[in-house]
Amino acid sequence: MGIISAIGNNVAENYSALIEGKKGISRVAKIDTVHRDAIMVGEIAASNQELIDELGLAPENNYCRTAMLGAIAAKQAVADANISAIKKYKTGLISATSVGGMDMTERFYYDYLEDKNLQKYIEGHHAGDSTQKIAEQLGIEQSLVTTISTACSSAANAIMFGARLIKSGKLDRVIVGGADCLSKFTINGFKTLMILSDTYNTPFDENRKGLNLGEAAAFLVLESNAVVKAENKKVLAYVKGYGNANDAFHQTASSENGDGATLAMEKALKVGGLLPKDIDYINAHGTATGNNDLSEGRAILRVFGENLPEFSSTKAYTGHTLAAAGAIEAVYAILALQNNIIYPNLNFKTQMKEFEITPQTELKEKELETVLSNSLGFGGNCSTLIFSKRA
Amino acid sequence: MKKVYIQSVGSISAQKTFDNSEFLDEISTYNDTVISAIDPVYKDYIPPAAARRMAKGIKMGVVASKLALEEAALENVDAIITGTGLGCVVDSEKFVSAIIDNKEEFLTPTSFIQSTHNTVGGQIALGLGCKGYNFTYVHASNSFESSVLDAKMQLELDEVSNILIGGVDELGVHTVKIHRLINHIKSTAVSLDNVLYSNTKGTVFSEGANFFVLGNTKKDNSYAELVAVDIFNTLAEGNLAEAVQQFLKDNNVSIEDIDVLVQGNNGDIEFDHYYNSLSTGLFSEIQQVYYKHLCGEFYTASSFGVWLASKIIKTQRVPSIVELNDVKASKIETVLLYNQYRGENHSFTLLRKC
Repeated sequence: MGIISAIGNNVAENYSALIEGKKGISRVAKIDTVHRDAIMVGEIAASNQELIDELGLAPENNYCRTAMLGAIAAKQAVADANISAIKKYKTGLISATSVGGMDMTERFYYDYLEDKNLQKYIEGHHAGDSTQKIAEQLGIEQSLVTTISTACSSAANAIMFGARLIKSGKLDRVIVGGADCLSKFTINGFKTLMILSDTYNTPFDENRKGLNLGEAAAFLVLESNAVVKAENKKVLAYVKGYGNANDAFHQTASSENGDGATLAMEKALKVGGLLPKDIDYINAHGTATGNNDLSEGRAILRVFGENLPEFSSTKAYTGHTLAAAGAIEAVYAILALQNNIIYPNLNFKTQMKEFEITPQTELKEKELETVLSNSLGFGGNCSTLIFSKRA
Repeated sequence: MKKVYIQSVGSISAQKTFDNSEFLDEISTYNDTVISAIDPVYKDYIPPAAARRMAKGIKMGVVASKLALEEAALENVDAIITGTGLGCVVDSEKFVSAIIDNKEEFLTPTSFIQSTHNTVGGQIALGLGCKGYNFTYVHASNSFESSVLDAKMQLELDEVSNILIGGVDELGVHTVKIHRLINHIKSTAVSLDNVLYSNTKGTVFSEGANFFVLGNTKKDNSYAELVAVDIFNTLAEGNLAEAVQQFLKDNNVSIEDIDVLVQGNNGDIEFDHYYNSLSTGLFSEIQQVYYKHLCGEFYTASSFGVWLASKIIKTQRVPSIVELNDVKASKIETVLLYNQYRGENHSFTLLRKC
């Protein structure tokens, strides 16, 4: 696993922030926006130049911030999996992004017409370019490489597709995850939808005011049983179940009763051959928007009813990292399994009126076998992943 | 494992392809560097009030998918998988320019919402009330092929029985303007007949939507069996012959078994050598076909190639406008497609008469 987020530059830093209850939410520093005082974000400390230096890129490079964050997290993941010869097995890359190279596009949109030196970024705009660059950084050549963009469920879908590619035998090994940087585009987009909180986001709280945008990248290495055996690998966790469904309700809002999320969780349980009572912890999507938390909460109730395990959202730590969120939270789910820890849902104060379920608000030790992670997005896109200790 | 079939097609392109009863019967010629898709009568498919709010990419995607569903005689599908290079790029342009021009004030959400890459897939699902699996791939010239690959895996394993897949991209004024600056678009007008022979950099930019219903039960009116698809992020020209031979070998097919080769030549002097190396090399004795002079270049233009190959197999006829060499296939059973854009994201697709 590899990760870079507002609460840490690697897996260990992220984990210690999670158990120490340390938020990464602040006023935006690196983007010159008129909304600075009206929003809070989960921003990564490193500047673009620092990221360029870390990756050792040539000055004439045309990497957008998304590509750099992605490359850093993906390289960590490959190192963590002790992969030295990436071409030894049929290895692919499935990345997810929604912002792609928009950070450069919005900066140089008109300048492109005047300044030849900036034109190198034009080719970097489309979402697939960041993935191509991550593949290049990893030395993945002549292989199956693609990009998924299904808004806020993107990285969960990248993990799902990767798992299916292994299952079908198309690949022996696949690096899966997602990356999104902060941009004026998304800040202003979510601002027009009036779902940005002006203070720390409070998932599943009655008085929640909306989300904090965040930037992050996380990648995981999935390997087939054959590779695990041949290399005598230590398995961190298993992708036990996955499900994707569409809410088919509204382009940006979730249905009142969370039909799509319910279907996604049910499918994932079915694929995993599990019952609701088998799930030990739910890492919820929990963006802290009025609509998401109500819809998702109702869906969780529909699926789990009396068997509801502890649930919490980690968005209060990182902000909503959009297309990367599913991968960030996959890393957190696996860390939860490894350490038998349930993370607190920070900032929660007041019980929601519409239902009685309450998120876990204190750090809790509990023997965990399975963790379920939800990612829900625009376009009605709903995804659920289940990670487990045992195959 | 079950076999996968192309059950129906729906195409909106720079040619009049939206009528499934025709097959390139009349050609829309041009002398240009950018060509637009020919609009069907959208209001025949989408209520006018809704259509007014929709980006062209959404309209093309919704109508092409309706055409494909209609032909497959299906009310709904089990999954929707879309490929798009840039999504609704006009809305992305609108929102970025509004942010800059109005200094982040007075913005409205519509163009932001539509700019999200999975808008077309989401809108199709919304229109059909389809709560099934819904993915959008956004990987340049392998966006559409990624959808094909995903759908094929699900159908082979019999997880579902009908999947709507498609490739869609729309033209945007600013996108065209800046791509001219970096010579991705030809600097001088070229006519349809001369696209491959201009000897200039860049391509003729365009747009379109090609949707298909894939299923795992053969029907009387199925177009073809979708035998295989493979994608590659990079592929050096020197490795191309070996890669295509390996692909064919993996599918128990030899070069001699290929009746028609459908290639994505777009007339860019800097990159057409990939295609030329196959047409003058391994496949020199095989009938060859090209199509980007008809549909133009866009990230999902290869979906038009699959439309063309499907029609060729079903009608057992190669329209003269797409012929690239003088070889005539004695039968049309096995068709191989090869595509790449600017030397990246290569794909091989194999179709067979069923």
